[in-house]
Amino acid sequence: MRNILGYIQGYLQLSSPLTLSNASSQITLSAQNLSRSFAAHRVIHDLSLQLLRGEVLGLLGPNGAGKSTTLQMLTGCLLPDSGRIEICGIDLQKKPVLAKAQIGYLPEIPPLYRECNVDNYLTFAARLRGMKADDVTAALLQVKQRCGLEVAGKKIISTLSKGYQQRTGIAQAIIHQPAVIVLDEPTVGLDPAQIRDVRQLIRDLGNSSSVILSTHLLGEVESVCDRVQIMQHGRLIYSDSSAGMQHYAQISGHLISLRKPPALSELVKIHGISSVEQTSPTEFRIMHAPETDTVNQLLSLAAQYDWQLQQLTPLHATLEETFVKITKEDAQ
Amino acid sequence: MMRLIAMRELRSLFAMPSTWFVLAALQFIFAWFYLARLEAFLEIQPQLAQLANPPGATLTVAAPLFNMAALLLMMLVPIFTMRLIAEERRNQTLTLLLSSPVSEGQIVLGKFAGLLAFLLLLIAALPLMIATLALGTRLDTGLLLSNCSGLILLTASYVALGLYFSSLTTQPVIAAIGALAVLAGLWLADIGAPAESAWHQLSPLYHFQNFNSGLLDSSDASYFVLFTTVFLLLTIKRLQNNRIYG
Repeated sequence: MRNILGYIQGYLQLSSPLTLSNASSQITLSAQNLSRSFAAHRVIHDLSLQLLRGEVLGLLGPNGAGKSTTLQMLTGCLLPDSGRIEICGIDLQKKPVLAKAQIGYLPEIPPLYRECNVDNYLTFAARLRGMKADDVTAALLQVKQRCGLEVAGKKIISTLSKGYQQRTGIAQAIIHQPAVIVLDEPTVGLDPAQIRDVRQLIRDLGNSSSVILSTHLLGEVESVCDRVQIMQHGRLIYSDSSAGMQHYAQISGHLISLRKPPALSELVKIHGISSVEQTSPTEFRIMHAPETDTVNQLLSLAAQYDWQLQQLTPLHATLEETFVKITKEDAQ
Repeated sequence: MMRLIAMRELRSLFAMPSTWFVLAALQFIFAWFYLARLEAFLEIQPQLAQLANPPGATLTVAAPLFNMAALLLMMLVPIFTMRLIAEERRNQTLTLLLSSPVSEGQIVLGKFAGLLAFLLLLIAALPLMIATLALGTRLDTGLLLSNCSGLILLTASYVALGLYFSSLTTQPVIAAIGALAVLAGLWLADIGAPAESAWHQLSPLYHFQNFNSGLLDSSDASYFVLFTTVFLLLTIKRLQNNRIYG
């Protein structure tokens, strides 16, 4: 009997992610054909993006690509010249008050009232976003715990370190549990340990709400984002899952290490190898055409001539290389 | 929402030491002026008593006190209003308000109400001081009430003007100088113009004079209401433009 119950329980647990994923297909934020100019200078060109519940979207791009401007438009701080923004199905331009209640926004510079203490400030932020006074106390405790601000509650914000100020900024964006969380470079100014915490926090937030964050740090995208969109000169030039992006710039190459290496010229002669770079007396970086049997040839040659192969590691493109490749391709 | 923003404004005012300093200094000036007027009144009272219809304590002590307060506020209010929006913009905290589910009207009215509440607290000392005269003489309540309502309306119009200037710039100091320049200009238009000139009508202080002498004129009251409303609307418009021009 107990087994059956356990089985049912297990089944329920298994099936709950399924029901969750059904709910997660809900679109929380959609922007269509946004464009925006400052004076005669066009900053955003015809930009569209969509965000699903339970998704973390990374907006990536070099400085001045229009990331912050885009986020400002998505949060209603800046009106687009043309285009349409919907938050949870509510039109941001037509019903700004209703739509904005669903948004939590951390701008580039956290909007902190420096003379307030953390508790008062967060309470104000929660009430401003339309939370009831009775619910604020519980929300305040929870958000302080999530952002690691337990000890800072009674401190005046201007006396806090940059890292704590940034965390307070994140806390004000999530205290009212919004459906859409918009973070503009959330990890700027934090130390490595704090960066790790904040990334973990963003991942957690991505389970219940949708998060859109802008960054120029590629590692951030790799570690927290489900999807990546790259902007350049105010346009979206690339969009894919963050895993897909790593496959984008295919590099076929291997790092090999041989205890008794042959002359460099012999390695170059192997069919399909385009270049060989010797990184140390026994280590080589080999680049070859994709989808050839170069590796097999190499292995058999190594066995035949007793090169004593010690290591054979495939090369991965880092996100950085991919990013450079994508932005360069677009520039051409 | 309006109340929330007003309360935050008040709380941040009281969190600053300079607010308490100004509050204390101003009470000192008010009290000093009040005592000086009272002393002068007591000196000339025997001669006044010989007149057929002698002016009372309210007219000789309270009216000049309120008049002086009106002039002082003209210089003081821009110092308080300068921070309201300009500093929020400079510290990038305006984004919090703009991205929150509140309308521009609520933001502006909240800030207006917050500062006005503080200034009312500040000028509340005046009727309290005058009230102590009730120990020795009969007060002219009508004159006192008309002075109080005049001063409240005047303060409201100063705050609205200062708030508008604060919404124009990122630098609080520029907002203060701008508001002060306009207020001083309006004052000069009043005291500098020839007696029958229409220039007087422009100045809030001119319209305060009737209140000061105990004359409740609906045209003066509507001038203040209009003045305040126009600048509040302009401020709301300016905040809306903030979204358009960035």
